[in-house]
Amino acid sequence: MRQEVRFSGFGGQGIILSAVILGRAAVMYDSKFAVQTQVYGPEARGGASMSAVIIDDEPILFPKVTIPDIYVIMSQEGFEKYGASAQEGAIMIIDSTLVHSRPACTCIEVPATKEAREKLGRDIVANIVMLGALVAATHVVSESAIERAILDSVPKGTEKLNQSAMTRGFELIKERGQSA
Amino acid sequence: MTKIEFMQGNIACAEGALAAGCNFFGGYPITPSTEVAEHMAVKLPKKNGTFIQMEDEIASMASIIGASWTGARAMTATSGPGFSLMMENIGYAVMTETPCVIVNIQRGGPSTGQPTMAASGDMMQCRFGSHGDYSVIALCPSSVQEMYELTVKAFDLAERFRVPVFLMADEIIGHMRERIIIPDTVELTTRRPLVPGVLPFHPGDDLVPGFPEFGKGFGVHVTGLTHDERGYPCATNPKLHEQLVMRLYNKIENARKEIADYVVTNPDAEIVFVTYGSPARSVEQVLHDTGNKIIGHLRLKMVWPFPEHAIAEFPNATRFIIPELNLGQLAREFDRHTSIPVVQVPKLGGDLHLPADLKKLIGVDA
Repeated sequence: MRQEVRFSGFGGQGIILSAVILGRAAVMYDSKFAVQTQVYGPEARGGASMSAVIIDDEPILFPKVTIPDIYVIMSQEGFEKYGASAQEGAIMIIDSTLVHSRPACTCIEVPATKEAREKLGRDIVANIVMLGALVAATHVVSESAIERAILDSVPKGTEKLNQSAMTRGFELIKERGQSA
Repeated sequence: MTKIEFMQGNIACAEGALAAGCNFFGGYPITPSTEVAEHMAVKLPKKNGTFIQMEDEIASMASIIGASWTGARAMTATSGPGFSLMMENIGYAVMTETPCVIVNIQRGGPSTGQPTMAASGDMMQCRFGSHGDYSVIALCPSSVQEMYELTVKAFDLAERFRVPVFLMADEIIGHMRERIIIPDTVELTTRRPLVPGVLPFHPGDDLVPGFPEFGKGFGVHVTGLTHDERGYPCATNPKLHEQLVMRLYNKIENARKEIADYVVTNPDAEIVFVTYGSPARSVEQVLHDTGNKIIGHLRLKMVWPFPEHAIAEFPNATRFIIPELNLGQLAREFDRHTSIPVVQVPKLGGDLHLPADLKKLIGVDA
C-alpha cells in the first residue's frame, strides 16, 4: 500500500535528513520501495523546508507526493505552508514545543524540541525524536529498520545520542497510549 | 553480487560514470547538477583519476576534450546556463571526433530561470545547439536506476562512435532518492585504436576512425577546421567539406535503428503516450491505474538519434499523446514522422504532469 509522508519545519532542523533516513529504512532494512523528494530553494535556508517520502510494497511509479497520509510538522511556518491543508483522514505528528496551530485531522502532539533540550541536552536531535514518534505511532517502517537507518546516517560519535533520541520518540508515543 | 542502495539520482550518475571507468571530470558546479561534481571530487582522486573545477563551462568542455585526447574517459555535468556556454566546444568535440560525456540536469529556462525546478527545455539545444550540421546521441533517464545505467551506456556510445553523448536528465530525476540495484561490474566498450600506417581520420566501415593512442608515437593534428584524413586543414575544398560533414552525420544516423533504446508497453493500444525523462513516471502511473491494458506507452531512453521506426510498434494507434516539460520539443519531431494525430501536453514551471490530469485528458476516471 502506498503511503505518503510529508515532513516540514525550518531550515537547519534536519527535515531533509529525516526523510532520507525514513526512505533508507524502508528500502535497505524493510525490503520495501521508497522515493524521497524535497523542495530545494533559497526559502529553505531558515524558512519553511519540506521533504517527502513515499513508501510502498510495489515499485513507485509517480514519484511526487499528492495527498499525504502522514505529516511530521516541526515549525509554525511549516504548518501553515505545508500542513494546514491536511485531509481529514491524515495523521499529523506535531512538535508541540514549536507549533501552536492544530489541524482538523488526527493530531499527535510530541514535545520533541523540549524533550531533546531537557532530557537529551541537545535541540539538534529533535528531528530524531520525531522520527521515533512517527514510527511508533504509524509503523510506516519497523522500529529496527529506522534504528539501523539512523545509525547509518548520523555523524560518527553521535550514535548514542541519536539512539536515545529515537528511543525517547518511541516512549513518548507508548506513554501516550497508556494514558489514553 | 549486486547491491541494493537508496541513492540520489545525481549520485547514481556519478557512480555509473565511475563504474564505466571515467577518470577525468572537468566542470563548474551548477544547481541542480552540483551533486555529480561533488561526488566525483570525493571519489576520483581515490581512484587515481582527476577532478578539476574549471573557471567556467566553456573551459570545462575544453578540459574534457583535451583529457579525452590523452586517452581519458572524460565527462562534465551542468545545467541550462552552463550548457549554453558549452555549445561552441561541443561543436569542436563533434568536428574532432572526441569521445566525451556531457550530463545536463535540466532546469527551467531561459537564462538562469528556475535553478531548483525541473524542465526538459534543452532537448533541441542538445541536438542543434552548436553551429553547423551534425548528429549526436542523447539519453534520457526516468529513474535513479537509469541515471546509473544510462551514464554507463553514454560512455560506451561515446567511445564507440567518437562523439559527444548527452545524458539529458531533469531536476526531478537528478534530485530524488530511490531504490537502485548496483551491479558488481559493467561491460565496457573501449575505443578502437588507430592502426599504425593508417591515416588518423581514415574511417572504418562504421565511418568511425581508429583513435591514435597518446604517447605511442602518432603525430596528429587536431583541428576544428575542415580537415582531410591526415587531419590537415583543408577548409576551401567544397567536396571534402561535404564528405567530412556527411561522414560525421552518417556515422550516427546509420546506426539509428541499431542503437535505438526504447520501451514499448501495450503495442495494440489505440491511445499511446510517448515520453522520456520524468513524465514517464506520470504515464506509468496512468497505465497502472487503468489496469495496464488499454493505454499504450512508448518510453524513449534515447531521444537522439530519434527512433522514428518505433512509431510502427503501435499499428493501431489513433492518437499519440506527448507530455513534456517544455513547449513540445519532441512532439514536433514526432509529428513530422507520422500522419496519426499528435497531441502535445506541454508543462512549464517545474511540476510534473499529474496522473489525474492525464487521465482526464484521455477521458478515463480512475
